[in-house]
Amino acid sequence: MSRRASGLKAWAVQRATAVYLAGFSLYLVLHLFLAPPVDYLAWRDWVAGPAVSVAFLLFVPALLAHAWVGIRDVLIDYVKPIGVRVSLLALLAFALVASGLWALQALFLLRMG
Amino acid sequence: MSKNRPVFLDLWRIRLPITGWASILHRISGVVLVLTTPYGVYLFGLSLSGPAGFADAASHLSSGLVRVLLLMLAWSFLHHLFAGIRFLMLDLGLGIDRTGARKSAWVAVSAAVAVALIGWGIRL
Repeated sequence: MSRRASGLKAWAVQRATAVYLAGFSLYLVLHLFLAPPVDYLAWRDWVAGPAVSVAFLLFVPALLAHAWVGIRDVLIDYVKPIGVRVSLLALLAFALVASGLWALQALFLLRMG
Repeated sequence: MSKNRPVFLDLWRIRLPITGWASILHRISGVVLVLTTPYGVYLFGLSLSGPAGFADAASHLSSGLVRVLLLMLAWSFLHHLFAGIRFLMLDLGLGIDRTGARKSAWVAVSAAVAVALIGWGIRL
């Protein structure tokens, strides 16, 4: 089986991650909107709670995969010169992985601190 | 495939049906969300770095320019969510007749604008 996210596999990845992202991001946004954390401790305790912290850990790779497939589709549709397209895809991959590691770092520092 | 196919891409004269609007706005909102992800991660890390960082992030979010950005982000999130749920339903074969697809496209496009404005008005 190909390890590349292409064709039907990318299509399936996009939909599976969409369901998780829709559920958790809606919960996250509603929580922040209806009950914004009053101070640092309240916010930290909420994020570090057993269910929410695992949900965040799962959110990061789901978001990265979804963003990768989505933006890749957009670039393939609109950016025709192959050199520019590949450069933008490389930049995208780099930016996404860096953002993901950055978010995980924040979550793990929270666990240790 | 001929390379000399006629191409009509006069964006001001193309009359896109509402289903087309739901689709292209889904793409645009997705790009906006990805472009603002590093900023979101930055605020997330800052807010969790300690009481001072939390205060910094909170004051950052209440500044004028950021509030306008938040309206755009709220719309992007809501449109991507609503149009995305609609696409998933279409994938499941729900509402794929023309009338149903047009109706759900109208609902997704207008609900995103309405909920974004209402939420922004209440919270900001």
